[in-house]
Amino acid sequence: MQPDTLILILLGLSACAYYIGIRRALAVSGGHPRKLHSLPRYYGYFAVLWCALPALLILILWLALDDKVITQLVIAALPEEVRELPEERLNLFFNQVRNALAGVIPPRDPTVQAAAEHYRNLQAISGGCLTALTLVAAIAGAIWARNRIRPDLWARNQVEKILRFFLILSSVLAILTTIGIVLSVLFESLRFFKQVPLPDFLFGLHWSPQIAIRPGQVGSSGAFGFIPLLAGTLLISAIAMLVAVPLGLLAAIYLAEFAHRKVRAATKPLLEVLAGVPTVVYGFFAALVVAPFLHGLGETVALEISFESALGAGLVMGIMIIPFVSSLSDDVIHAVPQNLRDGAYALGATRAEAITQVVIPAALPGIVGGVLLAVSRAIGETMIVVMAAGLSANLTLNPLESVTTITVQIVGLLVGDQEFDSPKTLAAFALGLVLFLITLSLNVLALHVVRKYREEYE
Amino acid sequence: MNNQPSSSPADRLARTLGRRRARETRLKIYGILAVATGLVLLTVLLSSILLLGYRAFQQTYIALDIHFDPQVIAPDGRLDLDSLRGADYSALIRRALQDKFPEVTGRRSKRSLYRLLSVGAPNQLRKMVLADSHLIGTTRTVWLIAHSDVDMYMKGYFEQNGPSQQGRLKDAQTGWIEQLAAEDRLEKRFNWVFFTSGDSREPELAGILGALMGSIYAIGLTLALSFPLGVAAAVYLEEFAPKKNFWVDLIEVNINNLAAVPSIVFGLLGLAVYLNFFGLPRSTPLVGGLVLTLMTLPTIIIASRAALKAVPPWIREAALGVGASKMQMVTDHVLPLALPGMLTGAIIGIAQALGETAPLLMIGMVAFIVDIPQGLTDPATALPVQIYLWADSAERGFVERAAAAILVLLLFMLIMNALAIILRRRFERRW
Repeated sequence: MQPDTLILILLGLSACAYYIGIRRALAVSGGHPRKLHSLPRYYGYFAVLWCALPALLILILWLALDDKVITQLVIAALPEEVRELPEERLNLFFNQVRNALAGVIPPRDPTVQAAAEHYRNLQAISGGCLTALTLVAAIAGAIWARNRIRPDLWARNQVEKILRFFLILSSVLAILTTIGIVLSVLFESLRFFKQVPLPDFLFGLHWSPQIAIRPGQVGSSGAFGFIPLLAGTLLISAIAMLVAVPLGLLAAIYLAEFAHRKVRAATKPLLEVLAGVPTVVYGFFAALVVAPFLHGLGETVALEISFESALGAGLVMGIMIIPFVSSLSDDVIHAVPQNLRDGAYALGATRAEAITQVVIPAALPGIVGGVLLAVSRAIGETMIVVMAAGLSANLTLNPLESVTTITVQIVGLLVGDQEFDSPKTLAAFALGLVLFLITLSLNVLALHVVRKYREEYE
Repeated sequence: MNNQPSSSPADRLARTLGRRRARETRLKIYGILAVATGLVLLTVLLSSILLLGYRAFQQTYIALDIHFDPQVIAPDGRLDLDSLRGADYSALIRRALQDKFPEVTGRRSKRSLYRLLSVGAPNQLRKMVLADSHLIGTTRTVWLIAHSDVDMYMKGYFEQNGPSQQGRLKDAQTGWIEQLAAEDRLEKRFNWVFFTSGDSREPELAGILGALMGSIYAIGLTLALSFPLGVAAAVYLEEFAPKKNFWVDLIEVNINNLAAVPSIVFGLLGLAVYLNFFGLPRSTPLVGGLVLTLMTLPTIIIASRAALKAVPPWIREAALGVGASKMQMVTDHVLPLALPGMLTGAIIGIAQALGETAPLLMIGMVAFIVDIPQGLTDPATALPVQIYLWADSAERGFVERAAAAILVLLLFMLIMNALAIILRRRFERRW
């Protein structure tokens, strides 16, 4: 049975359990619900939890592990000479088995055919066991809960205990996700750094992973220099910030200090639309509208502008970040108390002077924090650069040339066929680790700036 | 200097006042310019996509008089389903084209004549015959789907770009097209194919339904997982967690940091954990949804906490005062009041997830998939990924479709955001 139908059946069973729980509670109370410890519905919930939780647990564990177990069983059943193969060859063999299972490529090798057959049988057995086991667990749980229902059963407390446990578990998920990110990226990166020394990666001036995977080539290290990627990323981010910071900041000042309330109410959401547009749309815009436009513009003034120039990608990324800068600054400027402005006016300042000499300095930590967050977003932005920036790692400061970025390389290395032992794919994880660390430190720095230098007015 | 009357404070003020006022006006103008630039850029962005994409909602069709020749469809006289399905329908089209243009001879020019129609055209005839076998033996005028190049020609792309771009269509072909157009046998119709089929190698046969279903499955799973989990985490942190506790602080810092982690890093996480460790199937909405769940969780938690914070403490005190347990206070009183705000946050988070592309590239949802996914574990792609794939293609027809798919995507975003605004307006409560 398919897992989704199984879940639907479980839902149905749980509904029954709820009903049974309430009925049972009313029955054992002898028609006096007041004699029950908890409200009748809690006895229903109690039955539902006993019915659904063990069964769901079995279902999830089984689904997470059955492929691994079946694979091991199939490997164990393989003929000796296949089992003795080195790991990569074994993986290759298993890929053939999977292809045969999916029916993509009909197998030529009889051992593959046999293994696929065996795999399919085991899968069928596993599916049957899973169905039987979950259903038995669900029904048994419901019956057990039903039999335990007595007027003095503290159903509410038990239900609440489980609910509370679920609440804690959900918040711990955030920590688990972070640990997952760090571990998964770190482990693969360590494997990468075993093959490419860390200093070569951090200080190398040459990046060309494509050359390094050519079979038979020794010492792929020279090709994994990270500096050109960092330079490209910083160049594009710098262009983006040059667009976004002045525009965003001026817009925020205008909207917060000068604009009429109605103008503000109409324009602010419109500007924020820019933040809600999916990045792939910006990528499309950059690659198909802005890049040809810049190229044409360059031609008219006899300037060579690459179709994948850093300028095009940076400009569009800047547009994307405008609302980010403007709403963060707007919030901070709003938070500056009115009496500071009034004080400035009382001393004879004009509105512009009050803004530039009192409000902005007071809001500066918040603005700097916002800009740092925007930088971190620019560095981690993927789709715009994947679609509009180049793939070749040029170490240049010329914005009219094509550069590549960290995120572009991650996508370039991981999209397509992968084998997880070549430095090529592992390099993507090393880049991911660097990206994670850079953005994380920028975020922490931003928080620190905001917390440490924020003016407290009350 | 001091005793000169012209430098009394009032005079100095008068002299500089003009300059200071001018500075104020300048600052204001810069601000207006900045806002206007932002709005102009937004307009340029949207209108250029609209201009690139609106034509994809129409597709050129060619009317041919097809003779459903029994000799071709069922040469051995068998009319069962299998032989009807396997019949050579392109022969019918070839014959109809030859009848239409008897002057075309020679293998090469015939081939370019056949190229006026899409490779999907025979399939249209197959469907017609399978739906109604009485057609066999009759002659009907059938509107068949034209080749993408013809479509592009009819939409004027080649004229725009000058004769150099016309390389894909030969002079003879343009002549035939003009002739067909003059006979009213060429027509632009609403492009149903775009909304009812999956991806294809041929632009005229490519549609967004597959990607849309993939997106819906992935987003549905994301919503089903991230909303309960996010609300639960927010409830715990706001209502139950002890204040000033190392673990609680750690969770808080983590959530804030996760909200700022680049989305592609979540893709790497999904690749390493879901695909390599748990061995979940690649390219499926299941893994896509799980990755997007982790990504949207922080957004939903933060929004839900804000909604919980907005519920005034006296609601809680009153509930506890009449004897509710703490959990009952949350589930029966605080949560219902905070739910609209939580939903608003969830919708905004889900809208972001809908447009997210980069993590889906990492888990293989960029594969070329023609079939429409039927469930969570079918290989699928997603709407933004489909846009990325089409935008990458060199053919004009695909670029046009990418822009049209963007319009569909933006429509969905618009609907979701409107929903969020309506929810907020409807349930907004002043305490």
